[in-house]
Amino acid sequence: MRDLSKAGYLGIFSELDATVAAIEGLRKAKFKELVTFSPLPRHELEDALDEPQSPVRMFTLVGGLTGTATGFALPIWTSLDWPLMTGGKPIISTPAFVVIAFELTILFGALSTVVGLLINARLPRTRPTIVYDPSFSADRFGVFVVPPAGREAEAKRILEESGAVEVREQAEEVPSGKA
Amino acid sequence: MATAVRSETHPEVSSYGEVNRDILKLLGRPGRGYFILLAVVISLVGLGGFAWATQVYLGIGMSGLRNPVGWGSYIATFVFWVGIAHSGTLISAILLLFRAHWRQSIYRAAEAMTVFAVMTAGLFPIIHLGRPWIFYYLLPYPNQRQIWPNFRSPLLWDVFAVGTYFTVSATFFLIGMIPDIAAARDATTVPWRKRLYTILSFGWRGTNREWKHYTRAYLYLAALATPLVVSVHSVVSWDFAVSIVPGWHSTIFAPYFVAGAIFSGLAMVITIVIPLRKIFGLEAYFTEKHFDSMAKMILLTAMIVTYAYVAEIFLTWYSQEPSHTWGQYIYGGLQGRFWWAVGIMLLCNSVIPNLLWFKRIRTSIPALFVITIFINIGMWFERFVFIVVSLAQEYVPWQWSGYTPSWVELAILVGSFGWFFMFFLIFLRVLPGVSIAELKEVLPPPLRSRSRRARATGGTEA
Repeated sequence: MRDLSKAGYLGIFSELDATVAAIEGLRKAKFKELVTFSPLPRHELEDALDEPQSPVRMFTLVGGLTGTATGFALPIWTSLDWPLMTGGKPIISTPAFVVIAFELTILFGALSTVVGLLINARLPRTRPTIVYDPSFSADRFGVFVVPPAGREAEAKRILEESGAVEVREQAEEVPSGKA
Repeated sequence: MATAVRSETHPEVSSYGEVNRDILKLLGRPGRGYFILLAVVISLVGLGGFAWATQVYLGIGMSGLRNPVGWGSYIATFVFWVGIAHSGTLISAILLLFRAHWRQSIYRAAEAMTVFAVMTAGLFPIIHLGRPWIFYYLLPYPNQRQIWPNFRSPLLWDVFAVGTYFTVSATFFLIGMIPDIAAARDATTVPWRKRLYTILSFGWRGTNREWKHYTRAYLYLAALATPLVVSVHSVVSWDFAVSIVPGWHSTIFAPYFVAGAIFSGLAMVITIVIPLRKIFGLEAYFTEKHFDSMAKMILLTAMIVTYAYVAEIFLTWYSQEPSHTWGQYIYGGLQGRFWWAVGIMLLCNSVIPNLLWFKRIRTSIPALFVITIFINIGMWFERFVFIVVSLAQEYVPWQWSGYTPSWVELAILVGSFGWFFMFFLIFLRVLPGVSIAELKEVLPPPLRSRSRRARATGGTEA
């Protein structure tokens, strides 16, 4: 399940259960490097691939806590730096600063979630698109497999037998600039 | 077709491909009516801009603000637009967490409404400033004046709350659109659109890796946006409630503001979606069920808002302590010089929404359109009532006074509607106005058994 930079076979499917059958067949035959394409997220595909939990939640947590800390640190530090004495009220007015801390928790949490998404999903992608079909954003599903040397025919056969509408041989995807 | 399995929420939409075709049709070449409408709203923006330029050049005296009414139409309009923004996040985030299946077709338009309404609202505190060119004094950054903003002031909380709200809702909006922009990218042949969508889709191709992180990230963004909805309008209410003006100094303000915001926002969603559905022929996507569900939420929030009015009036009467609740201003306002504003507020927010108890009205599109427009008007007047009436009658009677918005204030109010609809109209023709990927989630997935059966019966379901 690595990147899409190697040559392999791309099976295009029009049914969800056929796609799942292809993934299961390939996994059973010990093909490791699989990528699926789909127009919508489906639990069936996720379950068939059986991948580990996404680490994006750690980005959300760390970002949120950083926001809380900043939201308290900034008002406390600036209030001490230029104290505004009003009616003997405390310079560090915690209840008032909770509002700032709350808002910054959400702001930093949301922004770091986005950063976590971009890092983990390898977006934005700058390579030219080779392994893709425009129908993947409409109504087709895709399974891309990079077979180890000598097992190409087997991979192709599994894709076809699962009910692929079309199986394509895909060339290597090269990073832009090196092409 | 007997073999087809129908979706519960969208029974007339049968395949994934159909969703792409129907929704991406919105991004075609607009007709003449669209450009005429766009020209009208842009000229309204021009009118508002001219009025504001007059005020900047000649001074804040061009507005109708006089002592003791220092906050008037500008602040009422600010609160109004922030309130409008709220239902977008409610529909996109809270209903996502609750897995409400009627949100899918509505939420993109509601979310766009949120972003543009916050952009409109954000202008008003700046317009309200006597010297708007130094608005950046509100931002905490090291500066040669060697002072920091006062973090104990609710007005500064507001800067953080509204700033965060704008950033987070715009992020949520743009991230939520990535798969749909990819669909638009794959379908379009127009060169400028192709280039724009290629950039905005971040090179999305719907791989398992992308979807896995995307769905998680989207869920966490929704979980963060949910408390944000509640907090932003609470903070806006504290602009008033934390002060000592008798009509404002009330603990009921925060919950009451949040309910009012959802009330007005949902009404605005319906007001916008009804013409949208008609013009673009999206009846299969915005069904009776959607309007029925939204109307029920409007009814619920209308009851909460009405409860707040009644509770305040009751407490004013029962405590014999009129100076601490704004119920006095509802009750007293009806007899005072602002009786018309209080009357419009009560009629539009507490009387007219009761029509929604009837299912026939909840599912009647023309009736909903008219009722929601009344609610929008009523909610603007509500903000006007609690801001202006409270200030006009604060403290001792000898300093009581009236307030009439000047032409500058009215032109800026009208201009703000132009500004909001200008962005909305441009959005509709440039970005997918209805979610494509999420709509597919509520449709039955294509399965082998079904396509076999369709082939056998001669159907074309694939």
